Formats: sequence, structure tokens, C-alpha cells
Amino acid sequence: MLYRARSLLSRLLAVCLMAAVPMQSMAEKEVERWGLNMTEGVTTVSRDIFGLHMNILWWCVGIGVVVFGVMFYTMLAHRKSKGAKAENFHESTTLEIIWTVIPFVILIIMAIPATTTLKQIYDTEEADMDVVITGYQWKWKYEYLGQDVSFFSLLSTPIEEIQNLKEKNPNYLLEVDEPLVIPINKKVRFLITANDVIHSWWVPDLAVKKDAIPGFMNAAWTRVDEPGIYRGQCAELCGKDHGFMPIVVKAVPQEEYDQWISERREMAAKLKAMANQTFSFDELYSKGEQVYNTVCAACHQANGEGIPPTFPAIKGSPVATGPLAGHMDMVINGSRTNPAMAAFGDQLSEVDLAAVVTFQRNAFGNNMGDTIQPIDVLKAKQQ
Amino acid sequence: MAHGPAKGFTRWLYTTNHKDIGSMYLWFSFAMFLLGGVFALVIRAELFEPGLQIVEPELFNQMTTMHGLVMVFGAVMPAFVGLANWMIPMMLGAPDMALPRMNNWSFWILPFAFAMMTSTLFMEGGAPNFGWTFYAPLSTTYAPPSVTFFIFAVHIMGASSIMGAINIIATIMNMRAPGMTYMKMPLFVWTWFITAYLLIAVMPVLAGVVTMMLFDIHFGTSFFDAAGGGDPVLFQHVFWFFGHPEVYIMILPAFGIVSAIIPTFARKPLFGYSSMVYATASIAFLSFVVWAHHMFTVGMPLAGELAFMYMTMLIAVPTGVKVFNWVTTMFKGSMTFETPMLFSIAFVILFSIGGFSGLMLAIAPADFQYHDTYFVVAHFHYVLVPGAIFSITAGVYYWLPKWCGNMYNETMGKTHFWTAFIGLNLTFFPMHFAGLSGMPRRIPDYNMMFADWNMISSVGAFLFGAAQILFLFNVIATIRGGKKATDEVWENPEGLEWTVASPAPYHTFSKPPQVS
Amino acid sequence: MSSNQDNAVEHEEYYVPEQSKLPIFASIGLFLTVWGAANWLNGNANGPMYFFGGSLMFAFVLWNWFSIVISENIQGLNSPQLKKSYVIGMAWFIFSEVMFFAAFFGALFYVRSLAGPWLAGEGEQGLGNDILWPGYEHEWPVMTTPDMAANGDSATMRGPEQNMSNPGLANWLGWLPFWNTAILLTSSVTCHIAHGALKKDNRRQFNLWLGLTVLLGIGFIILQIEEYVHAYNEMGLTLESGIYGATFFLLTGFHGAHVTLGTFMLLVMLLRSVLKGHFKSSDHFGFESASWYWHFVDVVWVGLFLYVYVFG
Repeated sequence: MLYRARSLLSRLLAVCLMAAVPMQSMAEKEVERWGLNMTEGVTTVSRDIFGLHMNILWWCVGIGVVVFGVMFYTMLAHRKSKGAKAENFHESTTLEIIWTVIPFVILIIMAIPATTTLKQIYDTEEADMDVVITGYQWKWKYEYLGQDVSFFSLLSTPIEEIQNLKEKNPNYLLEVDEPLVIPINKKVRFLITANDVIHSWWVPDLAVKKDAIPGFMNAAWTRVDEPGIYRGQCAELCGKDHGFMPIVVKAVPQEEYDQWISERREMAAKLKAMANQTFSFDELYSKGEQVYNTVCAACHQANGEGIPPTFPAIKGSPVATGPLAGHMDMVINGSRTNPAMAAFGDQLSEVDLAAVVTFQRNAFGNNMGDTIQPIDVLKAKQQ
Repeated sequence: MAHGPAKGFTRWLYTTNHKDIGSMYLWFSFAMFLLGGVFALVIRAELFEPGLQIVEPELFNQMTTMHGLVMVFGAVMPAFVGLANWMIPMMLGAPDMALPRMNNWSFWILPFAFAMMTSTLFMEGGAPNFGWTFYAPLSTTYAPPSVTFFIFAVHIMGASSIMGAINIIATIMNMRAPGMTYMKMPLFVWTWFITAYLLIAVMPVLAGVVTMMLFDIHFGTSFFDAAGGGDPVLFQHVFWFFGHPEVYIMILPAFGIVSAIIPTFARKPLFGYSSMVYATASIAFLSFVVWAHHMFTVGMPLAGELAFMYMTMLIAVPTGVKVFNWVTTMFKGSMTFETPMLFSIAFVILFSIGGFSGLMLAIAPADFQYHDTYFVVAHFHYVLVPGAIFSITAGVYYWLPKWCGNMYNETMGKTHFWTAFIGLNLTFFPMHFAGLSGMPRRIPDYNMMFADWNMISSVGAFLFGAAQILFLFNVIATIRGGKKATDEVWENPEGLEWTVASPAPYHTFSKPPQVS
Repeated sequence: MSSNQDNAVEHEEYYVPEQSKLPIFASIGLFLTVWGAANWLNGNANGPMYFFGGSLMFAFVLWNWFSIVISENIQGLNSPQLKKSYVIGMAWFIFSEVMFFAAFFGALFYVRSLAGPWLAGEGEQGLGNDILWPGYEHEWPVMTTPDMAANGDSATMRGPEQNMSNPGLANWLGWLPFWNTAILLTSSVTCHIAHGALKKDNRRQFNLWLGLTVLLGIGFIILQIEEYVHAYNEMGLTLESGIYGATFFLLTGFHGAHVTLGTFMLLVMLLRSVLKGHFKSSDHFGFESASWYWHFVDVVWVGLFLYVYVFG
């Protein structure tokens, strides 16, 4: 069953009920609710980390029980209303030494496995394959080094679900159009960077969280044991849609991966070839609408009105209704004055660029009447 | 000096009296607490359930940012300075603060700074939206224009803090009554002494880092831009070199307050006074060498990562000493549970829980899973709300009868405590679970798997907010009337402040007492 | 530092002014200044008006504030204990200034010794070099920025054409920072001699040496301006010259601002002495605090000279 938006009151009631009778009628099996603990994950490292986490947690619980135990006993036994008379002791070097040394020893016990695990996490040598991960406002780009395969991965949750107009599906906000595909039982090294602001690439099941810093490259690695789909999110505030740039990793057996990557390679070649084709206005316009809604609408909004001043309107915009060269330059190279407008020249194919410019110049009542072909984009790029 | 306060509104503008200034600080901080609280409630209302319903993501980010900034710089810090102003001269047997005019200046900068900061909400492009930690380049190249106002507001509130801290240090070093040696000072004075030192050491660093931002934004420098040879992570290093001592600035005075209250209501002297002083000093010292534990995921070299992990874990030792001392102070005492004591006991328990999660966060590999999730949000709220806010509240209840000469309403006080206590735990405890199950912080919308914990948090937050109205009401009622307080107020409390009349005369200790 | 009974008398006389209009007007002046500055930087037309109006007001209030403090001291309101508060206050203020410079020195160290090599591909942190900044090699001063190394002529973040670093010992005599160092170190000595003269109540000597200190301070500022003009006009070294320009100008710029303030403070002390006959051999903390400040500025310069210029 899907998650439903209910009235506040009934939701509240449900929460109270569920606290008492876990899960019963709402068999929302697909969404695991009331999660209490860290995931154990699907890698050696993630399990080690989980072990460390539980270990320190139990130490804390143990210390807590002792300290709070004494405290509650005192609060019950040594109260004035029960006629307790205060004693006057207020110093004991022995005690001070004891409760300095014992925690110190516990800390050393904790530090040893932590050090081992940390060293393991930092050992990015001898990877079987490299994936360059680049964070953009607000999407991820995956580039398989030496494979000629690279693509963007965007949130695929429909806007209607976010605006509560439609039922939310179980993977709400944790789904993308194109997941990162990796083979299982292979050491995959991630080279993580960013194009604009700092992002952070995090997949709990892999226990990989590394900041994506513009201008620098961080390394992380994973070796997934079980095939599956693992979901994560950006973990560093990166602006408006920080909450809307999830990560989906699909771990598959080697053969399946090999097949997938060769398909991707073919697709990339086909896309390149398409840059020389000519399309009709309608083809470009409808393709452009698609591109606009996935790429541009996050800032410029689906109605083209934007959120000025940072995200100006496309509707009636001096750029989209001005000279074509200026418009192409803006889309391909980005804005020189407003860093929020990124350069899309490398992010989109020539076909997509031609389509989206065509769309922008004709939608929202802009009615410029131009049709832009991929070849025009190629020419503009070369300038 | 014998006469009382001046008449009319200008009393507050022109005053040099530490009690007036202390009151202004406290009222200002309470106003900011409510403002920051409203921001928090907007956040919690949006997060009540999945989906976007109340605010758009842009405004949501502004709310989280302003909530943090207002609470840290507007509510907690000024409240402690207010308590310091009221209490330190009285605890030391001094006639006033060492530099009374500068004292008033330190205060009056704040309303202007926060007017400037809050005005950004109404500017084109909105208020700062990059989190209270304002990481570059989100806060520089990609920031709204209002960031310039934010930077200057930080500059002047920093100046205010530095002057306030210098004043406190000068007072403590120079104004102690005859016989009041350093090791006889109440712990509240000691913790503030060390806090003031931290403030003077790190507020200029904050000024430095916002200055670098200002130049990156307006003058084309490239401190935080790799293209020119800089590094965005440089920002984080400088910021957290300020930021980590800053979080201790927000907790050390709390240690002092609780160390004053627990002995009074346990009717037993504080256990391990000198170890408390040394523990505070060690925590302050360590705070300068642990900053990068906020940055375990930025990709530091392994050696740095290990060093910062070990140092951070070490902090647990002196912190533990403090908790053990408080518990032992209560042990075999003769306890009663008036409102200040309730808040103090809650402080010890809940602050310890915050300490436990802090220890967990110190383990660098585990931090890869905790970092920037709601687990961190739970952690620092457990440290700051029952830590800073509860201790301030405890301090207000404890000293309010001394300030205004009337007893507060105990029933209302206890109701306030229990509402706040339940509200707080409802709000922040579930955040541990949300974080552990994978919810990142600073997001306006989330998957349904986090929905239930968030709903509980939101309900708790509104309860906690409501409790503060009760507090306000109780304080106002106490100022206006109520049972007269005795000079001692409590049963044999320790300290010079209890030797003067209640309410404390406008000028106390014009002639210093002799401390034996 | 521990109190004892016989200073009880001092405690009794601790002067607490009843009321003062200074703080609130200082706050308003300061607020208008920064409000104006922020508006100005954001391109709002009324910014400069607020900025200059606020600065004037602020300066006027501070002038009054110091006048009042001085006249209180002359009236004998300040007990020895109160004077000690000023001493402590000044000492800790200087400490805060030290920490302000520490932030910039720390930043310089970080980009120079850590981030720079990483950008150039050193170690685990340097993985990005091949992909992000191919061709970048780290040297300090950074003349070729990563942007230039990777993008050639189309780079927007450009390094300087020349830098200010050590031209080799043989050329020091023609090297401006060397002379600036000489000037500033000398001025610290002259300031100290002036202080000695004051303690011996030798007013003529005091004025002479203090005047010389002020002149040296002004000389330093003039040379520093000369250096900046040269940097901007002939060396292509500006604030925008990559990380070298940024660290160079912020460190030397804030130092220069502190020298200017210090010179102004000493000048005021000189005028107080010459025109009003202020300061006694036993009571001259106004001058002393200015001299502390001056020595502090001098020490910062030594750090700068070594870290920014000589081993730059």
C-alpha cells in the first residue's frame, strides 16, 4: 500500500496507535517506518562501522546505567522529606583519580578498533574500477573512468507527490532517473568532487560519506556483497534543493554490469551521431519541454516565472526573447554575473540543448518562432 | 553612589549599573529566544509530515540558518553574559563591573546587530540561507546579497562579545574583595573566567573568517576558490577553530550555574571544587585542538583524522569528572526539588546523554554514518537545550528572588519544568532515531520512513515552545509581586550574593566585604 | 594578584560613573557605519552617506569618550585599582588582535603548505590534479593559478605578474620591505626610549623621541602605500591575483591599518604631551597602552616580514 496523505488529526491518531500496536493494519511493507538504528549495510566496512557504533553505544548505556543509577538512588534515598541529614564530605583525591583513569582506559579500548576501521576506509589503493562523481546544484554526475560513459542522475519523484497532490510512492525523494550501476564483489573507487558548492555523497548501506568539494577530489571506495538497490541522499547543505538530490546505487552481478556498460556506450555513440541530424519544430519543442522540466524547472519553475532575483523568469525574459546568440551563450556557458546559472554546455547533449533552447524561446508566450538544430549548438560551442 | 536608578527610559540607555545591564541582556536574550523559537517552529511545522506544505525550500533554508544564528549569538551567549553581569560582581564582593561604560556599550551593540541580521529576512533574495555554519562557497559566490549585512552584523556582535569578555576578565582579575582568592571564587565565576578567555581568543578568528568571505564576495580574492589556489575547506578550518571553542563558550558557564545550585538543594558543599576548576580548564584547552572533528568527511589526511579523533575522545575525561562530581555532591545530601534543582538535575542527565552521543560522534569511522544527519542535530540540541537553556532557566529561578525580592510561583515553576522536560525529550530524542535511520539534516522534505519520528518531534517542539510562555508569565508575575523573599532566599546557600538584601540594592558592595 | 586587606581602601574608591550617554551613541554610530558599508558594497546609492555619517558620529563619540576618561583621571577619580582595570583591558584587547592576525597567518599556512600541494597532486588529497587542474604545479608565491594551468588564456582567476618575495640578500638594499622593517624596528626602539624619558620626567626627550616614532610610523605608511601603488600599477599584483594576492594584501593591509591606527594613537599622545602637558612619570597609562599597541604592531610585522616576504 502506498503512503497516503491523511488529515492531520487521523495521522496523529495513527502515530499514537502505532506506538502501541506496531504496524498492524497499515501494512506499508515497502516503507520501513519507525527505524531505530543505523543500517548494517552490505559491505565489510559498513558492518565494521555498525559494530563500532553498537560497541560505543553499549559502553555509553553501561556508564549511563551506573551514573544515573547512583543518581536516582540518591534522589530517592537522600531527600530531605525522608529526613535525610546532609553529610559534609566534599573532597577525595582517590575518587577523582579513579574516575579519571577508568574513562581513559575505556577510551583506549574504543580507539583501537576505530583506528583499524579508519585505516581500512582510507585504503583506496588497488581499485578494480573508478567512478568520478561530481555534485551539481542539484544533481549528481557519474563518469566511468576510461569507459566513455557518463550521465547525470536526477530526482525522479513527480512534483505532484512533493506538493501533496498525488499519493507518495515508497521511494519518495529517494528515486532517480538513472542510478549509478556498479558490479558486486569489485572494489569500486569513487573520486568525488563538485562543480559549484560543497555537496556530500552518502549511501548509508555502503557506509560511504564523502564531501564533494569544488576544485578538489576526495577518494572513497566500496565493495558490495549483495546485489540490490541502495539509496542515499546529499548530506551537505548545498542550497535550495539540497533535500532533492538523492543517490541510487544499483549493485548487479558482473555479467549484468558488463552488458549494461556496453549498452551505455552504444547509446553515447548514438547520441553523438544525432548531433548531425535535423529535427522538426514539434520534435524539438516536446523534447525541449521534457528537458526543461527535469533540468531547468527546479530554478526557473515549471511555469517559467522563476524565483527572482536569484532565479529569473524565462517568461518574457530579455535573454529568451532577445538575440539567439545571447540565449545560446547563456545556456551553454552559464551566466557571468549570476553563479546560480550554471554552464550547461557539458551537462547536456547537443540535441537536448537545441531542444531546450527551442522550447524556451517558444513556450510561456515567448513565441519567438525560432527552431534551433543540434548543429547550431555545435557551432555555438565552437565559438 | 548611594542613590538608586535614574528615572525614565533613559535609565536603560545611559546606565552603567551592572544589574541594569544584566537585566537588559537577559530580556534581550529572552526576546531572541522567542524569535529563534518561532523560526524553529516554522521548521518543525514544515517537517510535521512529508511533502512541501508550509514553506518553500528557499525559506526553509533561511529559517534553519536564522534559527541557529539567533539562538547561538542572540539567545544563549547574551543570556550568559546577562547572568555574569548580575552575579559576578555580587559573587566577588565588587561594587560593579570593572569597566561600566564599556559594559553598557557591549550590550547596546547587540540590538543593532540583530536588527540588522533580522532585517535580511525582508531583503531581496531573502535572508542568509546557507546554515549557521555558512560554509563557503555556498555563503560566498552562491549567497544572496544579504550576506553582506550578515557579515557586518557578525563583526559588530563579535566586537560586543570581545568587549564583554574583556570586562569580565578585568572584573575577575581586579575586583575581588579582600580575601577572595582565585581558589575561593564560586565556580560560576571560574567558568566565566575561562569562557571569557575563550571568547577573546576565538571571536577575532570569526571576524577574520567573515572578513575573508567579504573579500571573496566583493573584492575578487580567492581564499575559498581552488581556481585561484584557495580551498573551500580552508573556510571550515578557520570557522571551526572559532566554532568548537564557541560551543564550549555556550556550556562552560552552565557548568558554573549548576555547580552553584546543586550544593544548595543537596545541602552539602560541592564535591571536588578544585577538580572542577581543573576539568573546566582542560576542556577549554582541548577545545582548541579538536576543531576538525566537525570535518571528518571533508577528506583530511588519515593522520589528521586520527589525531583529531583521539583529542576529541579525550574531552570525555574532564567532562566525565564534572558529571561524577555533581552526582557525588548529591550523594548523601539532604535533597529538595525546587524548580532550579529540577532544571539542574535534568541538566546533568540530559547533558550527559548529549555527551554520550558526542563520544559516539568522536569515533571518526562511525561519524561517516552520523555526520550531517539528524543524529548530529539530536546531539547538539541535547547539549545546548538542556545544557545551555536549562541551566540559564535554572539560574533565573535560583537568583530571581534575589533580583526582585519576591519568590516565584513554585507550582508554575514546576509545571514549566515538566512541560519543558517532556517537550524537549519528545522533540529531540526521536531525532537520534531519524538520524540513525538515515535522515540528513537541513532538508525541508523527506521520505515516509522518517515521518513518524518527525511528527513526534514537531509535537514536542510546540509543547516546548508553549512551556516558555509559562516561564515568561511566571517571571513577570514574580517581578510584579508575590511572596517576599528572605535575604538568604534558600536554606544556607553559599556565596556573597546571599549576604545582601533581597531585592539586591541598586549598588551592592560599595565597600568591599572581607572574605575569610 | 591576590587581594589583601591593605588595598581595601582602593576598593572603596572604585569609580563607577552614574550614567553615560557615550555607549548608546557609540552603538548608533557603529551601526550606521556598518549599515552604510554593507549598503555601499551592495551598490545601494545611500550607502556612502550612512557610512560616512556613521563613521563621523562614531569618531566624535570616541573622541569624547577618551576626553572624559582623561579628564576623570586628571580630576583624580581613578583609584590605582581602577587604573589596573584599564591595564588589564588593554592587555586582553591586544590578545584579541593577536588572534585576529592568527586567523590570517593560519590561512596563509594552510593554503601554502597544505592545500596548494594537494591541488598540485600531492598525496591522497591530490587525486584531482590530473582531472581538475592538469598541469598545475605548486610553488609559493602562486604565480600560475590552477585555473591558468588548466585553462590557459581563458582563465578568470589569474596570478600576479610579479611578486613581493625576497629578491636575494644581495638586493635587499633596494628592496622596500627591508627598509620598512628597518623603519618599524627603529620606531619600536625610539618608542621605548621615549617611554624611558617619560619615566625620568624628561619631557623634552620624551616629546623628541615620541615625535620621531610618529615620523617613522608615517614613513612606514608612505612606503607601504608606495609599495601597493607599485604592485597595482607595475607588478600586476592585486587583490584578485589568486591566493597570493589575497593573502598578501589582507595580511599586509590589515597590518598597515593597524600601523595607521597606532601612529594616530601615538600622535595623539604627542599632542597631549606637547599641547596639554599630560602624563606624569608615575601616571601615563594612556601613552603606555599606545606604546604596547605599537610594539604589538611591530611584532606582527616581524612575523609578516619573515613569512610573507623573506621566506615568501
